[in-house]
Amino acid sequence: MLPEKNKVYIISLLIISFLAYSGFIYKSLPFKNSAISKESSHGKILWQQYNCNACHQVYGLGGYLGPDLTNTFSKKGSAYISAFLKGGTETMPNFNLNQNEITALIAYLKSIDKTGSADPRTFIKNYDGTIEQ
Amino acid sequence: MVRSNNKELSTSKLFIIAGLFLLATGMIWGITGGLQYILPGFLKRQLSFEKVRPLHVSSVVFWIILSAVGGVSTYIQQHTGKKLYSNKLIKAQFIIFIISIFIILCSYILGKFGGREYWEFHPILALPIIIAWILFLINVVKSIGTLKNQPVYIWMWLTGVIFFLFTFLESYLWLFPYFRNNVVNDMTIQWKSYGSMVGSWNMLIYGSSIFLMDKISNTKTYSHSRIAFLLYFTGLFNLMFNWGHHIYTLPTHGFVKHISYAVSMTELFILGRIIYLWKDSLTTAKKNFHQTSYRFLMAADIWIFLTLVLAIAMSIPAINVYTHGTHITVAHTMGATIGINSFLLLAIAFDILKDTCRNFEPYKKRFNTGYWIVNGSLLLFWISLICAGVIKAKWQLSNSQIPFSSMMLTLKPYFIVFFISGVIMMIGFFLIIYPLVINQLLCYSKRNSTEQIDASYHTTVTLQNK
Repeated sequence: MLPEKNKVYIISLLIISFLAYSGFIYKSLPFKNSAISKESSHGKILWQQYNCNACHQVYGLGGYLGPDLTNTFSKKGSAYISAFLKGGTETMPNFNLNQNEITALIAYLKSIDKTGSADPRTFIKNYDGTIEQ
Repeated sequence: MVRSNNKELSTSKLFIIAGLFLLATGMIWGITGGLQYILPGFLKRQLSFEKVRPLHVSSVVFWIILSAVGGVSTYIQQHTGKKLYSNKLIKAQFIIFIISIFIILCSYILGKFGGREYWEFHPILALPIIIAWILFLINVVKSIGTLKNQPVYIWMWLTGVIFFLFTFLESYLWLFPYFRNNVVNDMTIQWKSYGSMVGSWNMLIYGSSIFLMDKISNTKTYSHSRIAFLLYFTGLFNLMFNWGHHIYTLPTHGFVKHISYAVSMTELFILGRIIYLWKDSLTTAKKNFHQTSYRFLMAADIWIFLTLVLAIAMSIPAINVYTHGTHITVAHTMGATIGINSFLLLAIAFDILKDTCRNFEPYKKRFNTGYWIVNGSLLLFWISLICAGVIKAKWQLSNSQIPFSSMMLTLKPYFIVFFISGVIMMIGFFLIIYPLVINQLLCYSKRNSTEQIDASYHTTVTLQNK
């Protein structure tokens, strides 16, 4: 049996460390000065309202039916994205988006693209199992 | 240990029955989604994939949550030998949950979203869930009373209840522009909360499984042992700090990834223990195999091993780069939610629901068939996802990438196997859960009609006497 006193010490230590870790992360988020344009902010809301994440990924997180869209803006350009948003595809429905919505979604994808690369080929793998971007 | 009245349809049992209904509907949505993978455009106008996926995921997540609540609230009463602190609170919690879930699923069908992955519903619907969970928290804390000399499952239940509330609230920090204005900041906090949230409901389920193991073996040695507490603290340590393995490829803080990598490796301790106790587990399994609940515990043990091996491998960043964003991640999730969570919850459901006024014996053959169908098809389902994942990983790393749609076509044979094994698995699950639910409902309606006859008889006698 583990003495009661030790259980209390361990759980207290874990909870304090967790709260400190959480607080530290909230306070020092990875991207400072993260003010974004009104259009991009609207694009994020639309991204959630149309549940784009059900089929598409950002940084490899999300659905698996459609492609990862992290760097689509820099790789394919806004005209390409706009065409898909206007007409849909065999799998993707036509959401009947208006021009403002299309512009906002493109602005959002542009802001995602600016944050980095999600291409696994660009990662350096180290012998200790860590990776570098 | 006091047993609750098995013939009574208590609110705790209603949680499990509602959970089983959600599991059944969740599987139907899953099959529909699977069909959309092999028949692109299927139901695109009426029920496209962005509706079907949250319908499937939320139904299954609520199956896990509702039945975990049902298990904990039943076992707390059996552990303390007393009723719950408040029956009114658990009834209110049940009603709030059922109404919210109904609205959430309807909103998905209507295409009304606004949330994020796993909680796609409008954020306003998170409020009743938070309120219901606070009611549960009050009930659990008040029913337990003290932590002194309590077995490990009491610690696990408390941890699960508190951390679910914390992480659920944390997952809504995106409502503040400070957190959501940058996608990397937003996703860091999102996966911090989600990673820990899964750990919190695992605490509820694993705690109930340990209680059930004690009950089957009729001893409380394990739940008070040093090793049980060491494993619990290892689990809690992982719940708190290993969430970073979801976001290795996100350009977030390096220390988040390093801490997560190091913490995840402590799971090797759990894996080592499973291997070390393998022979003992087999002997115990042979002894208890006739018990329905034990069979699910044993099957879950095998899936814990398989899923843990995959999870540890995926927690190494250099391997994660290959598996991330592929169906290998889906295989891991399916192995964990079906092979571990659902099997453990079915073990708990059988323990709580099987003894009713109706006999379970006539269904035994049907159960056996269902049990083997589910296990066999789950293995096939899991392997097909891993194969699809390996091909996608190769595509992701290829220098001469074919278009995404062409790559998806090469995965089609695996999606077909995935779909067929999914349908077979659903049939197996239906064979298992049908007798559980039907026995409860028939028993309840029989008791009600007997009570009505009794009541009308008493009324007649009273009137005649007057």
